[in-house]
Amino acid sequence: MEWETVIGLEVHAQLRTVSKIFSGAATRYGAEPNTQACAVDLALPGVLPVMNIEAARMAVKFGLAIGARLNRHSVFARKNYFYPDLPKGYQISQYELPVVAEGFLTIDMNGEEKVIGITRAHLEEDAGKSLHEDFHGMSGIDLNRAGTPLLEIVSEPDMRSPEEAVAYLKRLHELVRYLGICDGNMQEGSFRCDANVSVRPKGQEEFGTRAELKNINSFRFVEKAIRYEIERQIDVIEGGGKVVQETRLYDSAKDLTRSMRSKEEAMDYRYFPDPDLPPLVLSEEFIEQVRTTLPELPDDKRARFIEEYKLSAYDAGVLTASREMADYFEDTAKATGDAKQAANWISGDLSAFLNRDNLEIQDSPVNSAMLAGLLARIQDKTISGKIAKEVFEAMWNGEGDADAVIDKKGLKQITDSGAIEKIVDEVLAASAAQVEQYRGGKETVFGYFVGQVMKASKGKANPAQVNELLKKKLKG
Amino acid sequence: MFKKSVAELAAALAAKEISSVELTQLFLDRIGQHDALNAFITVDGERALDQARAADALRGDGKAGPLTGIPLAHKDIFCTDGIRTSCGSHMLENFVAPYDATVVKKIDAAGMVTLGKTNMDEFAMGSSNETSYFGPVLNPWDPKLVSGGSSGGSAAAVAARLAPVATGTDTGGSIRQPAALCGITGLKPSYGRVSRYGMIAFASSLDQGGPMTQTAEDAALLLNAMAGFDERDSTSVNEAVPDFTAQLDQDLKGVRIGLPKEYFAEGLDAEVGAAIDKAIEEYKRLGAEMVDVSLPNSGLAVPCYYVLAPAEASSNLSRYDGVRYGHRAGEYGDLLEMYERSRSEGFGSEVKRRIMIGTYALSAGYYDAYYLKAQQLRRLIAEDFTRAFETCDVILGPTTPATAFAIGDKSSDPVAMYLSDIYTISVNLAGLPGMSVPAGFDSAGRPVGLQLIGQYFGEAQLLNVAHAYQQASDWHRRMPQGYE
Repeated sequence: MEWETVIGLEVHAQLRTVSKIFSGAATRYGAEPNTQACAVDLALPGVLPVMNIEAARMAVKFGLAIGARLNRHSVFARKNYFYPDLPKGYQISQYELPVVAEGFLTIDMNGEEKVIGITRAHLEEDAGKSLHEDFHGMSGIDLNRAGTPLLEIVSEPDMRSPEEAVAYLKRLHELVRYLGICDGNMQEGSFRCDANVSVRPKGQEEFGTRAELKNINSFRFVEKAIRYEIERQIDVIEGGGKVVQETRLYDSAKDLTRSMRSKEEAMDYRYFPDPDLPPLVLSEEFIEQVRTTLPELPDDKRARFIEEYKLSAYDAGVLTASREMADYFEDTAKATGDAKQAANWISGDLSAFLNRDNLEIQDSPVNSAMLAGLLARIQDKTISGKIAKEVFEAMWNGEGDADAVIDKKGLKQITDSGAIEKIVDEVLAASAAQVEQYRGGKETVFGYFVGQVMKASKGKANPAQVNELLKKKLKG
Repeated sequence: MFKKSVAELAAALAAKEISSVELTQLFLDRIGQHDALNAFITVDGERALDQARAADALRGDGKAGPLTGIPLAHKDIFCTDGIRTSCGSHMLENFVAPYDATVVKKIDAAGMVTLGKTNMDEFAMGSSNETSYFGPVLNPWDPKLVSGGSSGGSAAAVAARLAPVATGTDTGGSIRQPAALCGITGLKPSYGRVSRYGMIAFASSLDQGGPMTQTAEDAALLLNAMAGFDERDSTSVNEAVPDFTAQLDQDLKGVRIGLPKEYFAEGLDAEVGAAIDKAIEEYKRLGAEMVDVSLPNSGLAVPCYYVLAPAEASSNLSRYDGVRYGHRAGEYGDLLEMYERSRSEGFGSEVKRRIMIGTYALSAGYYDAYYLKAQQLRRLIAEDFTRAFETCDVILGPTTPATAFAIGDKSSDPVAMYLSDIYTISVNLAGLPGMSVPAGFDSAGRPVGLQLIGQYFGEAQLLNVAHAYQQASDWHRRMPQGYE
């Protein structure tokens, strides 16, 4: 039988607010345990939450970016359960009325566009962390993360393959970083993903029973976990069994998913509106004000790059992978006036170096001004494209800007025709046989002369002048 | 001196008849003498005298305000930096908050002196002070009687003049009911008038702090210090605070007082009813006009409240899990057992009952039938008041259906206990200000409380109506025997 996969993703994106969603404590990652937890985060008796409006601003920004309906009136609710890293014994979240309602995101699957629905995105607070090592049979609790704002983004079950799921997740990741609302750091848990996966016979209307996969916190694991889960479910059904609704944990070391809890064991969270917080009311002015802070979105930017800089769809895609990358490109292109050249260098040499050293564009040792400086020296023929690669590597290694490197290493192109002529003459004098061949009609030998001249000039002779002079002399 | 009201003490301090240190010592001595009342859980004399010295110094510098140097007691539900805050519970028996509640901060800023923390029903859940882990408070009028609750310690302390004034909190009547049973004046402000920050939550949508005093004038003075928007409490209302003493002496001519027929129906003790009738006559003499009104959904208030308040409480009290502070069981095998034992040992039976009721009401499959239905009733109850206030300015009735009952009488019958708040609860559900003022005694010499209910944020008029009555009566001046 042919099977169809149905996937929906739930993403928790930590919002990049300076302080927590309901307290004034800092949200910085990596501080000493419990140094960023105030009385409110510790849930001391008597404390009360106060909404950080910056978190709402970021949620609205996201909603506007995905063309969503915004609830003018959304409600905070308490999700009640006991856990040591949940200090109040409940998590403040949004339940019936989330701030962001239906929206969508478009993914590109091998040139074909597909729209993925987003059911909702709601604000909530993160829990703390339980630490189980180094406590001699006890557990440690770190509440630094408790109260960090999260935007939980729930997709429709619109994805039909692990590839689509990853494409969606990457688009979402790109978007929240573009919007500046989440740093997207998956290792530090700033961008976390759960997947709901089910299978059904191809052509069947209704959904199969789904499993929720947890602990899939990299793009690669999302793909592998879903792939494993699809096979597992098909095996269960084809073996005459039934898929049960449950939560499953992905084990990346063993590359398999294993049951965590079944539907019967699912907790009753006893949601109810939080009486400590009034509804979040969005005025039209507030929404419009947020709209003015929206950056150009990835899709629009891609289209503009193709149109304005005459880039290929592929180059436009590479250069808009992040807002920083796009800014880097535009800064470079504007400084040099040659977008194609800038695009080639950024998607070529620069990207290769970034990948090699595992760096993000914003951490590149060669900034856009330095790259533009280098490209300008190609344009004004101070150096050749080949020498430029050498200069680039030197800049990457911290040896200064292009002019300093060219100067220090004496890489300046030789454009003095007298000097070039001298080398050409020497080469021709030493290559009587080849000159004979050339003059006898074997024009392919021409490349040999060029190579010899460049070699003699240590690559610094201006290739155009070399060509011209060689032709003139060989004619004679 | 100890019999004086806050207004009178302020005059005495201003006239240098007495210093704050002397006054503080006087009340500390009285607290010691009348320890048997069990009105206080914690007294910190040293700290109080330090504050008194600071207040005297301020006065010496000519910087004294109207409340500078006046001693007061805080209900042990308000967090106080450096003094234990137990909330009447074994769970928090050793809890010392690292911060001050906003109300405490404001009162400190007004220069008042904190004598100590008063006894209360555990987590403010009770109407007799019998649920306190620290034992019941005795009623100064008769030690066999309950003080009422949950602010029983504050009520008894003011009634016995162990403190000239005290703070209380009121979720379903916890200021007004003990005020009535102990013969003092108590005001529950409109929801949102006084910050709840640092006031340990029982039921967040109903809790409100307020003054417990000898007179309406004192209540106005203390409310001036307590009220105001607090950016730390999102439910506090950002509205200017008037001077609540400004309107006290206004004439009652033309003021329309509504008498809800449901508050004078079956279930009201005849002697209480008679005392209230006399007060009505007094109001007529003062020029007020009586209007018949109806609050048709009053009968639903108690069941509605006993769904909503426990629902909120069940969640509010989840933080007492033995992990970060508070009682933790000595022995446990695993995490679940730690929770179960710590909470079983730390909470008393009434608190556990309400946690269970609330948890049930919020459970999947029951939420709509209980919690949601109760929210709908709450709206109906609030609308009753809106309609009534179309024809009157203030509503009048009894605070409680009967005077103080004997200790032990109702402690095994929760429903009978809950019904002692039958006239007060709907005021919390509607978010309105309510007061209890002394209105006489029954034949056994037990105080009767008169309840006045105002319009939303209408405390000034409410206090005016209460003050006018106190100018024409002296019930609020009577003191229990043995404390004079």
